[in-house]
Amino acid sequence: MGKGKRLARVDREHCVACGCCVKVCPKGAIQVVRGVFARVEESLCVGCGKCAGACPASVIGMEGAER
Amino acid sequence: MKKRWYDYLWIASALYLILGFFNILFAWLGLLCFFLPLIISIATGSKAYCNRYCGRGQLFGLLGGRFGLSRRHDVPRWMKSKGFRYGFLLFFLVMFGQMLWNTALVFSGARDLREAVTLLWTFRLPWHWAYHGGAAPWVAQFAFGFYSVMLTSTVLGLGTMVLFKPRSWCVYCPMGTMTQLICRAKYRPEKVGK
Ligand code: SF4
Ligand code: SF4
Ligand code: SF4
Repeated sequence: MGKGKRLARVDREHCVACGCCVKVCPKGAIQVVRGVFARVEESLCVGCGKCAGACPASVIGMEGAER
Repeated sequence: MKKRWYDYLWIASALYLILGFFNILFAWLGLLCFFLPLIISIATGSKAYCNRYCGRGQLFGLLGGRFGLSRRHDVPRWMKSKGFRYGFLLFFLVMFGQMLWNTALVFSGARDLREAVTLLWTFRLPWHWAYHGGAAPWVAQFAFGFYSVMLTSTVLGLGTMVLFKPRSWCVYCPMGTMTQLICRAKYRPEKVGK
């Protein structure tokens, strides 16, 4: 288990699919899927939180990796 | 990240507003920002317009981000609710329809051309210097009407840019909501994985 690793998680219900998160992610770890919501590729995400800062709807939360 | 040509489309958006100040007929070009997003989302089932090409979104991102003109606060919860977003889209479409109706009235001769720009659907601003004649009255009327729509959305967007995150206009932008609705209708979950 990734000890202390944090990941971005998107509230898909409220995501407006604007793509602001995609533009700032240094790892290409977040993509807009079919114009409906953004999805995080967990294996690529380094938990930097840049996407969460850029999201105009503030629907990205940073959470621990363990589920 | 490497800049692409489309990362500079904010210049076109800014230019649009400036040109409309000098010659209102340029407002017709705004139809591109109306039809392109719809065509792209219908044809490709994506929000590539928002994600890449929208100069207006870029402009807010630049002014609010690079130039620091945004408080960077979270938008209130109600603003990202479906009720508000769909409600605003509906309101926007009704006002758009009214603008088309006004154009039709001028076309039919039932009303004279009004050389004014209406801000926030309420405030009539004199704008007569931007029309030098030469076009059919309804062509000019549509230009004044369409420019009013573009100016109003810019002013609203700048307002929420300052109050909330730079691109908070994108949360309730009618074009963004409409293209997302189109994509949602075309969306097949089994094709995209989890
Ligand atoms: S920035 Fe936020 S609202 Fe926009 S696509 Fe990313 S998660 Fe969705
Ligand atoms: S937290 Fe950082 S790496 Fe992870 S998706 Fe967001 S921007 Fe990309
Ligand atoms: S939501 Fe509206 S302003 Fe934002 S990128 Fe899309 S079309 Fe442009």
